[in-house]
Amino acid sequence: MSLNAHIPEGALADKWTTHKAKIPLVSPANKRRIDVIVVGTGLAGASAAASLAELGYNVKAFCFQDSPRRAHSIAAQGGINAAKNYQNDGDSTFRLFYDTVKGGDYRSREANVYRLAEVSASIIDQCVAQGVPFARDYGGLLDNRSFGGVQVSRTFYAKGQTGQQLLLGAYSALSRQVAKGRVKMYARHEMVELVVVDGKARGIIARDLVSGELERHSAHAVLLCTGGYGNVFYLSTNAMGSNVTAAWKAHRKGAYMANPCFTQIHPTCIPVSGHSQSKLTLMSESLRNDGRIWVPAKKEDAEAIRAGKLKPTEIAEADRDYYLERRYPAFGNLVPRDVASRAAKERCDAGFGVNKTGEAVYLDFASAIERYGLEQANIKGIHNPSAAQIKELGEKVVESKYGNLFQMYEKITAQNPYKTPMMIYPAVHYTMGGIWVDYNLMTTVPGLFALGEANFSDHGANRLGASALMQGLADGYFVAPYTVGTYLADDIRTGTISTDLPEFAEAEQTARTRMESFLNNPGTTPVEVFHRELGKIMWDQCGMARNKEGLEKAIQDIRALRERFYKDVKVPGTMNEMNPELDKAGRVADFLELGELMCIDALNREESCGGHFREEYQSEEGEAVRRDDEFAYVAAWEFADQDPGKAKLHKEQLVFENVKLITRSYK
Amino acid sequence: MKFTLNVWRQNGPKDKGHMATYQVEDITSDMSFLEMIDVLNEQLISQGIDPVVFDHDCREGICGMCSMFINGEAHGPGRGVTTCQLHMREFSDGDTITIEPFRAKAFPVIKDLMVDRSAFDRIIQAGGYVSVNTSGNLPDANATPIEKADADAAFDAATCIGCGACVATCKNASAMLFTSAKVSQFALLPQGQVEAADRVLNMVKQMDLEGFGNCTNTGACEVECPKGISIENIARMNREFLSASLTSK
Repeated sequence: MSLNAHIPEGALADKWTTHKAKIPLVSPANKRRIDVIVVGTGLAGASAAASLAELGYNVKAFCFQDSPRRAHSIAAQGGINAAKNYQNDGDSTFRLFYDTVKGGDYRSREANVYRLAEVSASIIDQCVAQGVPFARDYGGLLDNRSFGGVQVSRTFYAKGQTGQQLLLGAYSALSRQVAKGRVKMYARHEMVELVVVDGKARGIIARDLVSGELERHSAHAVLLCTGGYGNVFYLSTNAMGSNVTAAWKAHRKGAYMANPCFTQIHPTCIPVSGHSQSKLTLMSESLRNDGRIWVPAKKEDAEAIRAGKLKPTEIAEADRDYYLERRYPAFGNLVPRDVASRAAKERCDAGFGVNKTGEAVYLDFASAIERYGLEQANIKGIHNPSAAQIKELGEKVVESKYGNLFQMYEKITAQNPYKTPMMIYPAVHYTMGGIWVDYNLMTTVPGLFALGEANFSDHGANRLGASALMQGLADGYFVAPYTVGTYLADDIRTGTISTDLPEFAEAEQTARTRMESFLNNPGTTPVEVFHRELGKIMWDQCGMARNKEGLEKAIQDIRALRERFYKDVKVPGTMNEMNPELDKAGRVADFLELGELMCIDALNREESCGGHFREEYQSEEGEAVRRDDEFAYVAAWEFADQDPGKAKLHKEQLVFENVKLITRSYK
Repeated sequence: MKFTLNVWRQNGPKDKGHMATYQVEDITSDMSFLEMIDVLNEQLISQGIDPVVFDHDCREGICGMCSMFINGEAHGPGRGVTTCQLHMREFSDGDTITIEPFRAKAFPVIKDLMVDRSAFDRIIQAGGYVSVNTSGNLPDANATPIEKADADAAFDAATCIGCGACVATCKNASAMLFTSAKVSQFALLPQGQVEAADRVLNMVKQMDLEGFGNCTNTGACEVECPKGISIENIARMNREFLSASLTSK
């Protein structure tokens, strides 16, 4: 199958408007005869389900959590970008578009990114109308802050809980439709198979996680809003339940996976503390507005710190290496995430790490506290304030900005970040890769759409901070309601899809057989052990730095691990009950296939771009070397021969007509 | 560290349930409480015993899914934490820890420590929203300035994570703190004014229908709330409710 992205003709700024104007409409009476399934209820899923239901479609929404409000979008902290230019600092739709394409290291599709920037302002209007309590200034207007990789303040926020407030906004819109009966909500349900009839996505098999029953659900279109697959690394900032299963089942049924190796390692997370650690916690990028990142300039100081003989506050200013400010003076601590992460790894690998494991750097608020303290003293008319007074006033300002993050840090580490610098280290956070979609967000399976983090389209090889929330809501509120309608316009006479079709029976049987084989397996090792092992392979060989030899080894190791998994996994309990171990086994089985494909993709991409850093392709100063002549394409992989290792590569050439491909420089 | 765990085991909603005792070893002080349960579960699976079922997801204190009653307290010892943020350094080596589900008539047990909190969703469905459709043509977000103090108070109310600790800890199993937090968020914002009266009446009605108890102002909910939601919200909801009852058309 050849890839056609269906990008509308015309000038970049007019594409979306012209496209919308040409979209065939479905009359209200006909919408009532059309069913849509939405899998996942995060920002993309909840907003899409609510919007499609408002339009009049019959929507069924699914989530594995006990309530749609708990989807992992809720954990996003820092903010949401929008080209409102409220600060009058030179922002515009084009600048947001440009920053996003550049930040993504020129591996995203221009038309999709421009549309994202174009609808971004409407998202803020929509959320405010819903009663989302964004931060405001004393004049009562919305406040903004700045994020990595940009030089304007366009990020809207609600303290460090922006994701929570936006998701609760989308959840309330969804709840309103559930109350009206326009959405039927299936919580504690997991999609375990996609049903394809005559080449079109026509339904799913879902498992009721409480009763264990397999259910058939049919629809005229299926929307996957199932988030990213960062948990393939075992340790990540994702929720424990975040998984790739829905996307992977779709992949196995014909949906191509695009750029799966593009994963984002977030620079500011709380470092790993022990073997039984189950997840990593992010400290919002917004902290880099005010925090300065450093390690000791002298190796002996770093060693003394690791041995517990020296405290960071005892190191003189001159003996500190603010390495981001040193290497990237123009952007300093606000370089994009991939750049910041690699720089931290570089310092730690060189022996300057500051915790017991040697894998941590400092994020220090002392200068911000002093700066804010002085400002407050001036405002309050305190002349010649004492150092203690300045500190107290400054700490109050920092608390009002980041209070909940500081509190969270203290709870996890038992250290007070107002008094001593935070320790941070990069961790897996987001996946830019995902299911391939065209301009209409439709996958290579007609009738199957992918929204939000689950698709690949907008962030290229690196996502800018505060853009994930923007994309999730843009796709769900403002893109899918139009484009899904285009597809459904041909379905007004189809009538209800019967779940008695053989395709449903077959898909259900596949799921049942798979689960039974886990339960009947005579193995002895819990699922968790395999997941942990897979995570280690991925982190070591397909993490912040990759090379040919390591990736080839990883592919062999994953294949061997997969074989051992099927031979030796032990899953207790039965099918017809609440059985979290069984759910986990299914998810880890899919991660074991995805992991191999990620390594294959990373091996294929012989260049360094964004979060994908191939050690063979770097400059003398250790900066990434992109190879536009050969790799300015989207690598879309087709599942083949029942083996993830035999995936077929399809290339979508990326055409840049509105930005010039330059070497990304933040110096 | 070593611990003796008394854990509630209940194999489904109809099972009577019982306490079971397990020993765990090799626990480190920087493990979270749920990571300690993970260790227990890996051990139980190896021994051929069904692992303990419990709700959890984000493990960073924001999704509201975890819900254990530990040594007689919702989310265990410590203020302003959910179970996933509770760390073993809060306990002493050799302690006996009792772990039960959140108990309330409106939160039936599904299995072991997992309960059904869908009643909360139905309370929100009864009116916890502003009736505005998705459209690209809404007024500009800055068209209506909102006083910072009101915006901040609305935000504080909106930070409720819907975990149900307030219900679990209340001797009446009342959901007033949860319901009032949502009512307050919208009552404090101009966007919420249009539907304010219907909202409070409908949400309170649903709350009663679900079988939650009444509020007797003990304030226990506020103490156990991991997000520090204030009982001022209950007072505000009572005012809203009274005025809506008198003026409702």
